[in-house]
Amino acid sequence: MTFLLRRAAFYLVTLWAAITANFLLPRLLPGDPVQAMITKLGGRLNSDAMASLYVLFGLDKNKSIWEQYVDYWAALVQGDLGLSFTFFPTPVADVLSQSMPWTLGLVGVTTVIAFLLGTLLGVYAGWKRGSWMDNLIPITTFLSSIPYFWLGLIAISVFSVTWPLFPASGGYAPGLVPEFSGEFIGSVLEHAVLPGVTIVVSSVAGWILGMRNMMVTVTAEDYVLVARAKGLTQKRIMFAYAARNAVLPSISGFALSLGFIVGGALLVEMVFSYPGLGYVLFQGIGAKDYPLMQGVFLVITLAVLVANLLADIGYLLLDPRTRREG
Amino acid sequence: MNFKTKLGLGILAFFALIAVVGEWIAPYDPSAMSDDALSPPSGAHWFGTTMTGQDIFSQVLVGTRGVMVVGLVCGVLATILSILVGVTAGFLGGAADEALSMLSNIFLVIPALPLIIIVASMLPSADTVLIAAVISLTAWAWGARILRAQTMSLRRRDFVEAARASGERTWRIIVFEVLPNLLAVIGSGFVGTVIFAVMLQITLSFVGVISLSTWNWGTILFWAQSNQALGLGAWWWFVPAGLCIALLGTALALINFGIDEYANPRLRKVRA
Repeated sequence: MTFLLRRAAFYLVTLWAAITANFLLPRLLPGDPVQAMITKLGGRLNSDAMASLYVLFGLDKNKSIWEQYVDYWAALVQGDLGLSFTFFPTPVADVLSQSMPWTLGLVGVTTVIAFLLGTLLGVYAGWKRGSWMDNLIPITTFLSSIPYFWLGLIAISVFSVTWPLFPASGGYAPGLVPEFSGEFIGSVLEHAVLPGVTIVVSSVAGWILGMRNMMVTVTAEDYVLVARAKGLTQKRIMFAYAARNAVLPSISGFALSLGFIVGGALLVEMVFSYPGLGYVLFQGIGAKDYPLMQGVFLVITLAVLVANLLADIGYLLLDPRTRREG
Repeated sequence: MNFKTKLGLGILAFFALIAVVGEWIAPYDPSAMSDDALSPPSGAHWFGTTMTGQDIFSQVLVGTRGVMVVGLVCGVLATILSILVGVTAGFLGGAADEALSMLSNIFLVIPALPLIIIVASMLPSADTVLIAAVISLTAWAWGARILRAQTMSLRRRDFVEAARASGERTWRIIVFEVLPNLLAVIGSGFVGTVIFAVMLQITLSFVGVISLSTWNWGTILFWAQSNQALGLGAWWWFVPAGLCIALLGTALALINFGIDEYANPRLRKVRA
């Protein structure tokens, strides 16, 4: 339990750091883009919306920075992230809650698939070192060196322009209404194939490599030798003795590389115009829509922290040493 | 040195050379427009031309410098930061270690890409060196974490204890006793940071948050994407730049394998 509490405390501190960075950035960096935006939107903003943008971006020069910070937190706690300029006059929170499920679905599922697939391949590659499986390494290295978004571009060019097998953009066929029907779900799955495969292909290599190297290291340990001497089956030694220990760094690495993977996945969404957070962020960049961009950053950070906590629970289940009290 | 490492160093040297001489050997001005619009690769234009008739081969050649400069600057800055934080934390231990480890873990967990996008788009002038500095600020944490772990395993070794017993000052022990034993780890951290920085810079150019006035491989992809190169079937517009990125990334990864195998003999190839 101590382990989980420590981790949870760490995530709270991280969340605080992210929120504080969000608060400080527009105040520290030169220029006043939000003020410019507000001037441009002119009379279309009502007084409530103006007030919330003033709080979020520190335009009220009469208040001390500390008062601004308190106001900022008060706004956040109420779920007030300001108004989006791109989707004016929709509040940022509404834009985010519409796009969030798409990102969670796409990135969540593909990350888990890539992790499981990569770890499994890594177990075999490490166990059968010196066989043809070693050739996987240079190939996957090359694949992981390709930027996610470029692989997405190639996938579109091959599988939806040259051979129109899959749709190139969007989350579901235009004209369909989001509902719980076979037709809609089929369309969603069809649209998820290309972005999903892109994310899996570019992120799987890291897991294969990490797992293979740990397997190679673990296979030389005494307890594996003992297991062999006892005459246990190959499969049992491979999974219950070697892989179980070798997977620990991969799981703690999962937590730390998630932020990176999510960054790549956001770009895949941009390339495929997938209706998730990445595409929203992309639209925000074009319009210099700071409330929207900052909202995306906060939501993604929160999601990554929750995923990290889940990974920690997995670690706890696999490694009894962390369960020891004290 | 095995074949893989040599291959990696060879490719890296090739790109380094292009970075230096690219501007002189480019057949055209990369920004100059011509009537020869959207033509596929030919003898006159090896990588074809863009919508406005710019020569893509020249853009790739000229753009190499921006990519390599950012990679190098970030690599150096982030490595210095990671040594400062990681080695200090690992060697001192205690409360200093707790605080510094927490700092690097926070930087690791927070998704860097959206944060950098926000910072880059708020900066009034996002020139290459400034972007390199911003990227380094997010790129040091991984190296610091690994260096800390390695330093902790070194600080109780006999030769360090001997130096301490003979009254050496702490900074001297760190610089002359500990650091030389961390060279392999620092080296692989440096190479890893360069990969990270190059990818991030190209990504930022691709989404259009940093200046498009200087060429790099990401800028080429930005223009290809915003001019619908995919829909027009102009594969030559985005394939060369992407392959260059992948090649450079692979070269750096191969070099890193070499360093890993040097540091951890168990990873070396077994003779079957």
